[in-house]
Amino acid sequence: MENSQKQALAAIAIGMKRALPIVLGYVPIGFAYGVLAGKGGLSQTNTLLMSLIVFAGSAQFIAVGLFAAGTGPAAVILTTFVVNLRHMLMAASLSPYLAGWKKRHLAFFSFELTDETFALHSTAASRLGDCRLEALSLNVTAQASWVLGTILGIVASGLISDIKPMGLDYALAAMFIALLVGQCENRVRVVTAIISGGIATLLYLAGWHQFHIIAATVAGATLGLGVEHWTKR
Amino acid sequence: MAVVTYLPRLLPTLFLSGRNLQPIIVAWLRLVPPAVLAAMLAPSLLLREDSIELGIDNLFFWAALVAFPVAWKSKSLFATVVVGMGLVALGRYFGLGM
Repeated sequence: MENSQKQALAAIAIGMKRALPIVLGYVPIGFAYGVLAGKGGLSQTNTLLMSLIVFAGSAQFIAVGLFAAGTGPAAVILTTFVVNLRHMLMAASLSPYLAGWKKRHLAFFSFELTDETFALHSTAASRLGDCRLEALSLNVTAQASWVLGTILGIVASGLISDIKPMGLDYALAAMFIALLVGQCENRVRVVTAIISGGIATLLYLAGWHQFHIIAATVAGATLGLGVEHWTKR
Repeated sequence: MAVVTYLPRLLPTLFLSGRNLQPIIVAWLRLVPPAVLAAMLAPSLLLREDSIELGIDNLFFWAALVAFPVAWKSKSLFATVVVGMGLVALGRYFGLGM
């Protein structure tokens, strides 16, 4: 009994440690979100609740932007849904490694699956089956830091008149750069990223302001797969 | 918002976990992470107000030119975010960008 408790604690500690890079990214980004939400006129309670029960960085940023522009709730919800569809592909790509997990653990794991936690899990996906506690601890730590950043941002919102001089609006893009570089471990993946990024940009230029991400992802991954098969032959 | 965020994350893990997917589907799913990250990132770096803008005033693009090698060398999320935000802040301090 004692031994297994020790092992559990060790797994939780490892999960927290692995989450550290996300924590360092989430606190300032959560902070930026908290400040922006305050500037956009979202109440402090709603700002915090979004980080607690929605927990989707880019969707929260987009929702705050739409809210500030006076968009109605239905459009906000639809946009959020489209923006979040990419998580369906992410969750699907992890699912082969989640065999043997109980349903309630899967439910909890999925709730805290974000771009960043996904990126970390996918770098060690083959181990996921054996380190459930570590993976869940990583997720919980990540969300806790997101909520902490949000609270700091809400507090600071009244004190900061403009976020631009601090470059806070670049936090999300910089984080994506780091995660993308971490994913580009071979040539096929680099090619896939370039194709997908190019298609997303072109689609956006063509006026697809919501579906460009999911469409470019599907096209990029498919073409990337084609490149992979072609180079292997 | 919570519902439309949660469902896409939950359903695949609930229904696909433990199934033996065809190798080609697994290979495709492996390419999803770089594809989706690039799809989210590229427009935010290259476009300003619905057109491609790579001039000195597009700080996001120029900061990215530094942030990419920093991410590559350091392998650190924190270092990349700090350098990226720092460069954008610095550029604006000198009157560049929006």
